[in-house]
Amino acid sequence: MTIGLTHYLSVAAILFTLGVLGIILNRKNIIIILMSVELILLSVNINLVAFSSFMGDLTGQVFSLFILTVAAAEAAIGLAILVTYYRNRGSIAVEDINMMKG
Amino acid sequence: MSVAAAFFYLFSAIMIASAFMVIAARNPVHSVLFLILAFVNASGLFLLLGAEFVAMILVVVYVGAVAVLFLFVVMMLDVDFAELRQGFLQYLPLGSMIGIVVAIELVLVMVGWTQADAAIAPAGATVQAGVTNTEALGLVLYTKYVYLFQASGLVLLTAMIGAIVLTLRHKPDVKRQVIADQNARTRAGAIELKKAPSRAGV
Repeated sequence: MTIGLTHYLSVAAILFTLGVLGIILNRKNIIIILMSVELILLSVNINLVAFSSFMGDLTGQVFSLFILTVAAAEAAIGLAILVTYYRNRGSIAVEDINMMKG
Repeated sequence: MSVAAAFFYLFSAIMIASAFMVIAARNPVHSVLFLILAFVNASGLFLLLGAEFVAMILVVVYVGAVAVLFLFVVMMLDVDFAELRQGFLQYLPLGSMIGIVVAIELVLVMVGWTQADAAIAPAGATVQAGVTNTEALGLVLYTKYVYLFQASGLVLLTAMIGAIVLTLRHKPDVKRQVIADQNARTRAGAIELKKAPSRAGV
């Protein structure tokens, strides 16, 4: 049997679901939440590249490169905020981040 | 089953298993390492799809930069991660419910989607035969998407400046060399002549 577009979409869907699940289950650990966001972005990338490959159009791969850029920037900024927060408060538990009472 | 199909199942099985371990591992360092494994396997999937450049960039950017950054932060912060894991089981019913709902919705979309004819027509960057993937991507990226390319460079610049501004810390009690102060010194300000009386010492 040949591997079609649906196979890749299924894999990306499972990965996306795992990422969402990771955000909900590890609600206290912000590092795991950031990693789950990376998983979600990876599943989006798989979707884009799969569509790009099966339709013979390179636009999907170009946009997956842009998503990669944004994901790297997001990880860098998120971890920098995390380090600064830990330096100031000595904790990274999500429920402690309530200074602004938002 | 062809070799490509076998590799597809291998890569996706390992990727999904390691993605599960990312959210289920007790030790965050293990989570980061499983994240690296997931990304490497995803780049294998990209190779199967014929997107070599994106696959290599995935390895370089994610495994080389982002995952190492995660690893660095996890190891640098002195946090009791066992305490952060409490409530994992408490959130499990809600989490699995939301996960099942998301999965069902995605399956419904996947089963029911059709492709409009108009969606294929304006495809601007068709794959040409005889051009390697990297070359074809470059031909598109630097011509048609050059503004987006520059904008993504700006995003990275902003992220770099932001990360530096956030984490840079000046300690007030550390003496530093200030070139301007050194250049501004004159003979009048630097040398002070004291009149010392003779035979009396200073």
